[in-house]
Amino acid sequence: MSLLSHIGKFSILIAKTFSKPEKMKIFWRQLMFEIDSLGIGSLGIISIISFFMGAVITIQTSSNIDSAFIPAYTVGFTVRQSMILEFAPTIIALILAGKVGSNIASEIGTMRVSEQIDALEIMGINSASYLILPKITAAMIINPFLVIISMFIGMAGGYIIAWGTGIVTTAEYIYGLEYDFKVFGVYYAIVKTVFFAFIITAIPSYYGYYTKGGSLAVGAASTKAVVTSSIVILLVNYVLTQLLLI
Amino acid sequence: MIKIENISKAFNGEQILSGINVTYDQGKTNLIIGASGSGKSVLTKCTVGLIKPDTGKVFYDDREFTSLDNKSRQEIRTEIGMLFQGNALFDSLTIEENVMFPLQMHTDMKSDEILERVNFCLERVQLTGVNHKYPAEISGGMQKRVALARAISMKPKYLFCDEPNSGLDPQTSIVIDQLISEITKEYGMTTIIVTHDMNSVMEIGEKVIFIHKGQKWWEGNSDSILTTTNQELSDFVFASSVMKRLVNKSNLSI
Repeated sequence: MSLLSHIGKFSILIAKTFSKPEKMKIFWRQLMFEIDSLGIGSLGIISIISFFMGAVITIQTSSNIDSAFIPAYTVGFTVRQSMILEFAPTIIALILAGKVGSNIASEIGTMRVSEQIDALEIMGINSASYLILPKITAAMIINPFLVIISMFIGMAGGYIIAWGTGIVTTAEYIYGLEYDFKVFGVYYAIVKTVFFAFIITAIPSYYGYYTKGGSLAVGAASTKAVVTSSIVILLVNYVLTQLLLI
Repeated sequence: MIKIENISKAFNGEQILSGINVTYDQGKTNLIIGASGSGKSVLTKCTVGLIKPDTGKVFYDDREFTSLDNKSRQEIRTEIGMLFQGNALFDSLTIEENVMFPLQMHTDMKSDEILERVNFCLERVQLTGVNHKYPAEISGGMQKRVALARAISMKPKYLFCDEPNSGLDPQTSIVIDQLISEITKEYGMTTIIVTHDMNSVMEIGEKVIFIHKGQKWWEGNSDSILTTTNQELSDFVFASSVMKRLVNKSNLSI
């Protein structure tokens, strides 16, 4: 299928998805469930990855500073900038594209091949809105919080390594974290995260919703969803960075 | 009553349905029979709007369904109950939640009224004590009954059953057939059953439509089917040795 055809079908699905929910009470219930499932359920993996990202950036920066002209607080500064501008929003989005994306594509794909989506349609329910809208909305609400948590855990990871190994003093590390801090960096990260949240829920939903066949097709849809979401995240990351930072 | 006029459908150049005209009677069990791949499931999906036909019209009690916009179509769909071949129960919901789902989505009933209706529907299909189980925790026959309970929870005017006996043992099949037949009478529904189970045809086939090569080949009832002179229908019906013996015992000529 051509790229243009995919874009057309995707646009139709999104238009169908963003319609008023049949019952707001049911929508809120679904939304809370998805916030818990997609957001809170990802907190563990995000914490682990963020901690080690911060730790590794601290060690790498420290071991690569040979010049006496570069102050030691550069380590904290680098950890903060890396975590806020790129690692927390983009790497976490790529991780979630794998975890959440495959989950969504296989869940909706299984519902498609087992006729559960047909059952919703026969009941007079807009299946796209019922199944997809709570997922997209939940991710767009909860992911910015996850990314902010990731930033803090990453910086805390660096602090613990600095304290444990002594490669940089904790005072210098903290000074580096605070040095020349611009809040715009956090806004930029949150804007990116909202776009990425849409990508990692809408694209897998699309692949799941149009699954045809049996369990093999569900697996293939899940793989395609993760690959496509990851590529689109990187493309959108480039475009947003150019638009917002230059 | 559901009336189908001149429905045709092709997939990738292959003609699946050709100019089918059928009327399904209200208060009766209307059976669609035919060999695998004959187009009976496609006909049903065209009737409920899951597949858009290339030509033709579908009328639900004189309301033209095929040309309706999505919103009007969804209104008619709230009057439709459907029993899917694979049951299509929501596996993340309990039995009780499955049956209450259409009521929660389409009515303003209070939760105790909904629960009362759910229990009534489950009792009607002879299921008790499974309210809090998940579909994967009950047998295929019980899942079929839950699907039937869900299909009738909104007191539908039209009931579609896609191969309701597939994967069931003969005894359970009879129970499901009888339930569908009884409920059809109770609610005065227009019931359409897609099947190739000759047992069902003989038990509950008040109106039988035979689809062959995408066309309506024959129409009659369970009595006239045994004396048919239509060769294709005869080949289909008497492919089973049980049916042959039954006819031989009755001294009917095939």
